[in-house]
Amino acid sequence: MEMIKTVDLHKSFGKLKVLTGVNETIHKGEVVSIIGPSGGGKSTFLRCLNLLETPEKGHIYFEGEEITGKKVDIDKHRQKMGMVFQQFNVFPHLSVCDNITLAPKLLKGKSEAEAVEMAKELLNRVGLLEKMDEMPGTLSGGQKQRLAIVRALAMEPDVMLFDEPTSALDPEMVGEVLEVIKGLVKTGMTSVIVTHEMGFAREVSDRVLFIAEGNILESGSPDVFFTNPTHPRLQDFLRKVL
Amino acid sequence: MDFSLIIPNIIKLLGKYWQLFLIEGVKNTLILTAISVAMGTVLGTVVAMLKMSRFKLVRFLVTLYVEVIRGTPILLQLYVFYFVIPQVLKFLDMPPFMWVAVALCVNSAAYVSEVIRSGIQAVDKGQTEAARSLGLSSGQTMMKIVLPQAVRNILPALGNEFIMMLKETSLASTFFLGDLMTSCLMVKGATYLTLEPMIIVALIYLCMTYPLSKLVEYFEKRMGGAGYRKKKKKNLKEIKAEVQA
Repeated sequence: MEMIKTVDLHKSFGKLKVLTGVNETIHKGEVVSIIGPSGGGKSTFLRCLNLLETPEKGHIYFEGEEITGKKVDIDKHRQKMGMVFQQFNVFPHLSVCDNITLAPKLLKGKSEAEAVEMAKELLNRVGLLEKMDEMPGTLSGGQKQRLAIVRALAMEPDVMLFDEPTSALDPEMVGEVLEVIKGLVKTGMTSVIVTHEMGFAREVSDRVLFIAEGNILESGSPDVFFTNPTHPRLQDFLRKVL
Repeated sequence: MDFSLIIPNIIKLLGKYWQLFLIEGVKNTLILTAISVAMGTVLGTVVAMLKMSRFKLVRFLVTLYVEVIRGTPILLQLYVFYFVIPQVLKFLDMPPFMWVAVALCVNSAAYVSEVIRSGIQAVDKGQTEAARSLGLSSGQTMMKIVLPQAVRNILPALGNEFIMMLKETSLASTFFLGDLMTSCLMVKGATYLTLEPMIIVALIYLCMTYPLSKLVEYFEKRMGGAGYRKKKKKNLKEIKAEVQA
């Protein structure tokens, strides 16, 4: 089943063309990693998927429904697309628990008790249960990112979008966040992950995309992708990073 | 000039005119400040919202208003509201005191709107993106995520704006409207003493502004950087009772 499909996606910032007609389909249950050089358009592509960036041309279909149309209630669709940011973006004025329960209470009509129960379960899963009543300011970067992940999961999304989830972390905290994502991926969550962690991409992905110069230049299963790259731009990129 | 007489003169003046200074003057100054600050904040909030409107014409008009008010002397604005506008809006039969209050409102609203707008825009864009990505509408994002954080930027700056306003009400004395500065001018006219009444009102102004600036400082410390405090959480018993109710 097709989860997200993009057709001829174009996006530019001023004169800079960032995406030049991207066609891609992500299937249900698939784990797709996106790698590529900075400024190549991988984050922009990801941010287009839930319309944090509005593409100027092209179509995006989410679970069979076009979301780029004029009269679409994008808020409804976003509830089913969790997103995790490079800069965590946890809400500093809300406690760890409230960070998680805010959206389910507001948007899904969950009662306080239900939402808190769920928050506890999620926090326990990522080892943050004892931080439940703390303010996010007291958390480390890795803990903040784990909180951001379960905050998105609390909406019970159908797909998770990760935008360089470990790039802003101290090296020693990268592992704990990747572990959480790995655990999540094992549950069959459809995921799109923009990352610079090549080893991680190779390990968890069903498919890896190489985005550079505004388009997908190569796509394939991790084994083929990393051992037998065909596009010269990818060969060059892998030579530099591996 | 005999400086040795200053202190005895001040004591004498206070004995004779204390009601004019401390009751009439302070009362009118505080009334003017209260009106202009209260209305200015309300109006300023509306102006700030309009300035972020999606309609270009609205944004243009509001920007024009803010720029004109910030770019012209407040004294000139007072003249316009005192001499010109009452002539144009004859049906609004308001006393001169109120016209000056209106002028101060219009002036403070322009400054307050900038304080509020910059306070809102200083909240990290990532906060909005995170809230929107969860499915919150733009209104919900503003109310639940952006405004609660913007208040921390806004409150101290707003406090400083109030202090400015309190001092600017002294311009009402241009029209002899009974504020503290008017008291100064009246006493000066009646006694031919210049320095002494000025020292008295200066001290009274300081007594009003200093506690206010200390209060602002307190807020700045509480809200600045140090991070958010934990709120007392409802315990599970209370939540369960709520659910049953």
